[in-house]
Amino acid sequence: MERDTRFIWQHKDLLDVDQLSRKETLHILDSATYFKEINTRAVKKVPTLKGRSVVLFFAEPSTRTKTSFDIAAKRLSADTFALAKTGSSLQKGESLKDTALTLQAMNPDAIVIRHNRSGAAKFLSERLSCAIINAGDGRHAHPTQALLDCFTLREHWKEFRGRTLCILGDIAHSRVARSNVKLLCSLGVKIRLCAPSTLLPPGVENWPVKVYHDLSQAVRGVDAVMCLRLQLERQQAGLLPDLREYASRYCLCSEHLDKAKPGVKILHPGPMNRGVEIASSLADHDDSLILDQVAAGVAVRMAVLFLFLTRSKEA
Amino acid sequence: MAQVDLVVRGALWQGREVDLLVAKGKILECLPYDESREFSSKRQLEGFGLRLFPSFIDAHVHLREPGFEYKENVASGLKAAAHSGFGAVLAMANTQPVNDSATVTELMLDRAKQHWPKGPRVHPVGALTKGLQGKELAPLMELAEAGCAAFSNDGLPVASTELFRRGMEYASDLGRLVIDHCEDPSLAVEGVMNESELSGHMGLVGVPTVSESIQVARDILLAGYLNKPIHLAHIGSRESVELIAWAKEKGIPVTAETCPHYLLLTEDAVKEYDANAKMNPPLRREDDVEAVRQGLRTGVLDILVTDHAPHARHEKETCFADAPNGITGLDTAVALTWSLVEQGVLDESRFIEAWCFGPGKIFNLPVNSFQPGDPADFFLFDEEEAWEVSASTLHSKGKNSPWLGKMLHGRVRAHCIAGKTVV
Repeated sequence: MERDTRFIWQHKDLLDVDQLSRKETLHILDSATYFKEINTRAVKKVPTLKGRSVVLFFAEPSTRTKTSFDIAAKRLSADTFALAKTGSSLQKGESLKDTALTLQAMNPDAIVIRHNRSGAAKFLSERLSCAIINAGDGRHAHPTQALLDCFTLREHWKEFRGRTLCILGDIAHSRVARSNVKLLCSLGVKIRLCAPSTLLPPGVENWPVKVYHDLSQAVRGVDAVMCLRLQLERQQAGLLPDLREYASRYCLCSEHLDKAKPGVKILHPGPMNRGVEIASSLADHDDSLILDQVAAGVAVRMAVLFLFLTRSKEA
Repeated sequence: MAQVDLVVRGALWQGREVDLLVAKGKILECLPYDESREFSSKRQLEGFGLRLFPSFIDAHVHLREPGFEYKENVASGLKAAAHSGFGAVLAMANTQPVNDSATVTELMLDRAKQHWPKGPRVHPVGALTKGLQGKELAPLMELAEAGCAAFSNDGLPVASTELFRRGMEYASDLGRLVIDHCEDPSLAVEGVMNESELSGHMGLVGVPTVSESIQVARDILLAGYLNKPIHLAHIGSRESVELIAWAKEKGIPVTAETCPHYLLLTEDAVKEYDANAKMNPPLRREDDVEAVRQGLRTGVLDILVTDHAPHARHEKETCFADAPNGITGLDTAVALTWSLVEQGVLDESRFIEAWCFGPGKIFNLPVNSFQPGDPADFFLFDEEEAWEVSASTLHSKGKNSPWLGKMLHGRVRAHCIAGKTVV
């Protein structure tokens, strides 16, 4: 596929998927398709972003997203600098503002930020002139995850319209769910959410989704199921009685797949709790796209870094 | 004719131009304006085109001294009060150390006397419980004798209904009111904004309206059962207004206050994660604003207060969830609420009652109703003057206003307390 090189990228920052037009979303996905090919080569590196620097500012623990951004940047020949909360001045009580200004003074081209506070990426974007890429802010948004999930599904679906996806688990605390609902809905996918009421966000009745509390009903006739990680502290917060009861109601098992469409796809943004939100056998199932998601993550993040770092400033 | 110390000429009071005569710190006479009248007074203030109001009382402010002088101190808080038409403020107890002893109360009073000897006056509000911890009653008699005008655990509501009941009973023996910040602490855990569809989208933990109204119901039922008065702080939700209306109908001795922001802003003000619009209780929705307006109009909500909560700029310049609660309020209060009079939301007499006669009555403080012998506490208000809310136009040290950058109409041109000019 040919890339449309005339596409003018407008955005300075990637904060959430709702800032993207349908055309822009598809442009990211198309670009990712192109970059995916690079990842299959023997020499997985192109000079596209040579001389550019990307700061990976992960103020919250992360393995896959951080590694994924790191690999994506390096395969485009950008230099990456990692900054974690532990061992950094943040741990010494430096404010987010001061950390950000310090990083800015080193003149990076982009800062990829992961932070446990909703709105943290926006906070940086309002103060810094470099590109801010949101790699997850609190419960709010995780745009590259949603883009990579879209990318993964598109490889199997070709067309989004008419498809149904069930997102299963802790929606209330999930930035992945929020960004995915926005993005997939905008592309015409019908979304179902399945969770106990205690794990649904306030106002969900006004979201463009169907809400289920019964998993057997929720998966009936769906094209894909996305399981979300259940944080073990939800039990202490009084949101559920215990993991055993949760698993008996909401763990995706093979019997559920029988009710879904044949060839139903299984996704999980990771890290998984096998036997809690997803049966171990399903995680390793032929129709599981969980590792495809990881691979797609690198390609999609290459596309994102490319577009945001080569943006014409005059545009 | 008696010696006249000060004359205000031609200012508008209750819809007519008046000549105000002041002697020995008291109102001598308030006469219809007469161009031909001549005065021998040494001091004369031109009031033409200006409105005359009795000095307002702000029954809910945080002056931050002792302990948080970088946010505000008594001197800077009173400066903002003076320039905004407030002749008296009730200062909450969440200082460091907490105002749970005569020492702290006296320190606040001393600071006021030292920096603003002519007023505005500070009336400290003592902590209801020691250290605001909600475990044991503070020495309420000691506090009352030192000069506390009321008691409150503002900001850290007393979770134990039993202890709260005892506090109400004990305070009433001293002729002092308990002010309750109505919030069920277990329902508000970690909440940083109104719980709603918007909080769901923003990924912020919400505080449901019922966390306020459940506590309002508790307080009302206690007040009815004990037949002891209670004053409910900064009411901002429809259910609370409806409960208070019910209580008043029943004759339960409850009074309540609300703030300019609950009359003028909705949760939409935090949409862009603007921590300058973060406060507790949080801004609610349009329907709540309508109910609060209606409540204030009809007197279900008795009075207006600012809940003036200054913070340093760096404290607010952080992620929304990490920023402290509260907005600076003294400087903007009168202009903001006067806009409601101009829009016909509130009539002028309710406006004055809510800012002056109401709090005077509830907290037993002297007020000026421009009758001979009243304290000569008044200010002249230019309703036309447009000004931009900015760091330089706010007299408070706290610049944390959701109205930063906005134009407001109405400023205080002169302010006299006991006949002496403070502004």
